[in-house]
Amino acid sequence: MTAKIAYGDVEVGTELPGRSFPVTRATLVRYAGASGDFNPIHWNEKFAKEVGLPDVIAHGMFTMAEAIRVVTDWIGDPAAVVEYGVRFTKPVVVPNDDRGTVIEVSGKIGAKLDDNKVRVDLTVTNAGQKVLGMSRAVVRLG
Amino acid sequence: MALDQSFVGRTYPPTDPYEVGREKIREFAVAVGDANPVYTDPEAAKALGHSDVIAPPTFVFAITFAAAGQVIADPQLGLDYDRVVHGDQKFAYSRPVRAGDRLSVTSTIEAIKSMAGNDILDVRGEVHDEAGEHVVTAWTKLVARGAAEEGKA
Repeated sequence: MTAKIAYGDVEVGTELPGRSFPVTRATLVRYAGASGDFNPIHWNEKFAKEVGLPDVIAHGMFTMAEAIRVVTDWIGDPAAVVEYGVRFTKPVVVPNDDRGTVIEVSGKIGAKLDDNKVRVDLTVTNAGQKVLGMSRAVVRLG
Repeated sequence: MALDQSFVGRTYPPTDPYEVGREKIREFAVAVGDANPVYTDPEAAKALGHSDVIAPPTFVFAITFAAAGQVIADPQLGLDYDRVVHGDQKFAYSRPVRAGDRLSVTSTIEAIKSMAGNDILDVRGEVHDEAGEHVVTAWTKLVARGAAEEGKA
C-alpha cells in the first residue's frame, strides 16, 4: 500500500477534490453486466414504475462505487481504503435521454485516527438531494 | 409477515471459491469509468507493491451478495425477495481483492428486526482466500418493504 498523501499533510476539515459522475441508461446497462445485478428496476422503465418508482434508478452499488473514487483518486492506491460504508437514502433517477443525470461527490477529513488513518466523510448528491447517508471511508495515509 | 428471530446468528456453509480474473476486474473498472491503472495494468499494480492487478473497493459485493443469496432464498427464513431493497452496505478490508484470488464467502445472519411493517435483515459475509486468510468482510442490510406500503404491484 502506497498512499501518496501523508498523514501529516491533512487536518480535520481538509477537503478532497470533488468530482461529478454522469450516469445514463447506457451506464446502467454496462454496470448491470459487469456487476451481475440484472434487477429490471435498473433498465426497464415499465417494471420500475410498476413497483412504484418514478423511473429507472441507478444501482445503489454503482453510486457507492463512484463515490469512493473521490478517495481513491486522491490517494492513488485504492488499497489504502481499510473501511467503506454507506446508507442508501434516496434513489438516483436516470431519465431515458442522452444526458441522463449526474452524481456529485465531495469529501473532507472528518477525523484523524491512530495508526496514520483518517476518516473521510463523503457527501453524495443527485439533483440537489443527498442520495447516500453516513457515507464514510477509513483510509491509511503515508 | 415477521421473520423468525431464531435465525439470528445462523451461519451458512462457505461458498465454493470464486476465482477473480483480470478481465473481470477490467470490465468492472470500465463500467464504473475508473481509469486507475492499478485495476488493469499488472506493472502499475506491482509498482504499488501488489502482486497483480487489484479490484476496486466495491467489486467484491458481487461475490458476497451472490453468497447472501442462500440466506435470501432460504425458504425457512421466508424473506419476500420481491420486496427487498438495499439499505446499508459496509466493507472492512484486510487487503484488496486481486486477480488470481480464489475467494470463499461465509454468510451469517447478524440481526433481524421489524420496523414500521418492514423486515430488516443484516447479513455479514466473511471473505477468505484459498489459504484461509481474511480478505474483506461485507455487511449488507436488506429491507423487505411491508405489504401495506406497496401499491397494487
